[in-house]
Amino acid sequence: MTNPNPILEVKDLQTQFHTQDGTVHAINGVSFVLNKGEFLGVVGESGSGKSVTMMSLLRLIPIPPGEIVSGQAMFEGRDLITMEVDELRTVRGGRIGFIFQDPLTSLNPVLTIGYQIMESLQIHTDLSDKGREERAIELLKLVGIPGAKKRLDSYPHELSGGMRQRVMIAMSLACSPRVLIADEPTTALDVTIQAQIIELIRDLREKLNTAVIWITHDLGVIAGLADRVLVMYGGLIVEEAPVAELYANPQHPYTEGLLGSIPRLDQKGSKLVNIKGQPPNLYEKPTSCPFAPRCPYVFDRCREENPPLISISESHATACWWDMDNKRPRNAS
Amino acid sequence: MPPDVPGNGAAAVKSAREVLVSVTDLKKHFPIMQGVFRRQVGSVKAVDGVTFDIYRGETLGLVGESGSGKSTTGRVILQLDKATSGSVTFEGQDLSVLSPGDMRRLRPQMQMVFQDPHASLNPRMTVSSIISEPLREHDQGNGDDRDERVDELLGLVGLAPKHANRYPHEFSGGQRQRIGIARAIALNPDFIVCDEPIAALDVSIQAQVVNLLENLQDLLSLTYLFISHDLSMIRHIADRVAVMYLGRIMELAECNRLYTRPKHPYTRALLSAVPVPDPQLEAVRRRVILQGDIPSPANPPPGCPFNTRCPMAQELCVAEVPEWRQLESGHWVACHFAEETPDTSVTTASSGPILTESE
Ligand SMILES: Nc1ncnc2c1ncn2[C@@H]1O[C@H](COP(=O)(O)OP(=O)(O)OP(=O)(O)O)[C@@H](O)[C@H]1O
Ligand SMILES: Nc1ncnc2c1ncn2[C@@H]1O[C@H](COP(=O)(O)OP(=O)(O)O)[C@@H](O)[C@H]1O
Ligand code: SF4
Ligand code: SF4
Ligand SMILES: [Mg+2]
Ligand SMILES: [Mg+2]
Repeated sequence: MTNPNPILEVKDLQTQFHTQDGTVHAINGVSFVLNKGEFLGVVGESGSGKSVTMMSLLRLIPIPPGEIVSGQAMFEGRDLITMEVDELRTVRGGRIGFIFQDPLTSLNPVLTIGYQIMESLQIHTDLSDKGREERAIELLKLVGIPGAKKRLDSYPHELSGGMRQRVMIAMSLACSPRVLIADEPTTALDVTIQAQIIELIRDLREKLNTAVIWITHDLGVIAGLADRVLVMYGGLIVEEAPVAELYANPQHPYTEGLLGSIPRLDQKGSKLVNIKGQPPNLYEKPTSCPFAPRCPYVFDRCREENPPLISISESHATACWWDMDNKRPRNAS
Repeated sequence: MPPDVPGNGAAAVKSAREVLVSVTDLKKHFPIMQGVFRRQVGSVKAVDGVTFDIYRGETLGLVGESGSGKSTTGRVILQLDKATSGSVTFEGQDLSVLSPGDMRRLRPQMQMVFQDPHASLNPRMTVSSIISEPLREHDQGNGDDRDERVDELLGLVGLAPKHANRYPHEFSGGQRQRIGIARAIALNPDFIVCDEPIAALDVSIQAQVVNLLENLQDLLSLTYLFISHDLSMIRHIADRVAVMYLGRIMELAECNRLYTRPKHPYTRALLSAVPVPDPQLEAVRRRVILQGDIPSPANPPPGCPFNTRCPMAQELCVAEVPEWRQLESGHWVACHFAEETPDTSVTTASSGPILTESE
């Protein structure tokens, strides 16, 4: 199951925001591996640290108020966190592409989409003017934009939400990235348009063999896309497993609760599971399990020690002191 | 007490169902003004002729994509917006012909819960004054009675009496939605329009609010029009479901029937687009992928509003608006060719032949 071929290795990433109200411990030691060609889903509710994780490893965090307190992000043998800014710029948008939630805020409203795509090609490739235009048209065709050549002259506001997201995808793919990071790329879209985008990504993945990190709060969206899933809660990865395993056999109480709390389209289920309480505020560094105040299995140790990610099989890990299968505390130090 | 199968409770089994709200050919067109003289150059047909009943005690789900006219329908039913034409009756009374005084007397029976719990609560008012505002407006009880009622309402929505003197910003999104719900039920309404009441909430909080709405429905015999774009949640909560597209209702049927045997090509496409949190199922599901975007409601296509994207469209679909007709008892549809859609599910793996197939 494990692919021994990591392309991105993140270790102990910690990012804080120093705000007027105090220090927000946005992510508190996030470690994960992305393998070549792999599709990694990242789920968690708002504020769990999904975006900050990805923005941190791309060093797109506003500093100040942000501060990357510790961590490493090894990409093709080099650490993105300590890399010179000039070098980083060539990686970002080049070997690593990214797409954010709201295409209106990430596209420049006063420039045509053709200009924006060609600008990125100019930074990251040595194509001629004509070569860049050809490549831009090819990219727009690739993402299914009708009348691609004419569309080069369109401004972002002249496109619908779904079309803008396609343009964003085209831009992120402009330089044939090895890794594509997509932060809730369909959250703002209607469901029939979301289905179009998901279909497009599925298709492109087969064609391009890019590794993808896809962030979402919707457990449905990644069910049919991801190879492996990370679950985030309170600025930590609390569970990690291959997709089928995670949904069929969740080993963290939060994942279990989340799966029970969402209704399903294909069946009229019984009462939804209530996860009581609210997500943690992040003004203090967690010294106990961040899920403890809401957890139905909580016991003494949970309030004393924050559990690390504990491997329970070759590919499945959970940050929990309770062994849900055997209904007893886990033997872990 | 809540039935084991929520949303499938009392209302669905009752044999003789009483119509509480009846909507007939309801339209709401917003004028588009332009130029120095603000001349009207067109109109947004937000709601363009919808007809349906809401039965007492049921939850009618109203689904559709953004801009399809769901909120406008809800607001016009409650007379928060004036209809362009058509009628709404409540307990048999035509609301559009009521005098302002009569409407005011009827108002307590019809309430609304809004999507955004941040924007819909006045930040400068305490929770107590927010919840008791409708009581004061309708001169119900004295100060002590109202305080008592506020405590009772806080209890009903799962908040503590100590919360009464706090301000909205001191609460989380889910708690704010509870405050909005307490306010909506303050006057003992019969009917509540819930307009995307969970859309702004975190996934783990959505279930809390939905469970609360279900419990209150049973406890207080409420009737809901539940507006949402979340088709999975609608299946969970609704007894019957209406599907809107470009200001019209495309299909309306009993919930399980709509999800298992949808007859309108749009319903089929919409349902098949919704991802299910089940990797095994997703791996074998086939999807109807619609081409293109939703047309603008300022410039809807002639004939059937869905004809620009419908994989089954024929000449007739552009020439004539399909009639809103009953295919079988209780199953309404607006499509010329509804009889020809396959009688199969699009939500499960055994979807059988579908309209257009992607891999
Ligand atoms: N006050 C208004 N003036 C002009 N147009 C309006 C007004 N209110 C709504 N509309 C338009 O009417 C159409 C239907 O809007 P409505 O808010 O009812 O949609 P909806 O189905 O609730 O969408 P959403 O899912 O985004 O909430 C939209 O095109 C909207 O822009
Ligand atoms: N620029 C910022 N200033 C202060 N706090 C921030 C900033 N960006 C993110 N945060 C905080 O970091 C935490 C994680 O945020 P984020 O990663 O955006 O969550 P999500 O999982 O929803 O993407 C949240 O508490 C958020 O408020
Ligand atoms: S460590 Fe304890 S509190 Fe945390 S999720 Fe596990 S059982 Fe629950
Ligand atoms: S009337 Fe025609 S265009 Fe409209 S949904 Fe039916 S088949 Fe499609
Ligand atoms: Mg985010
Ligand atoms: Mg709305």
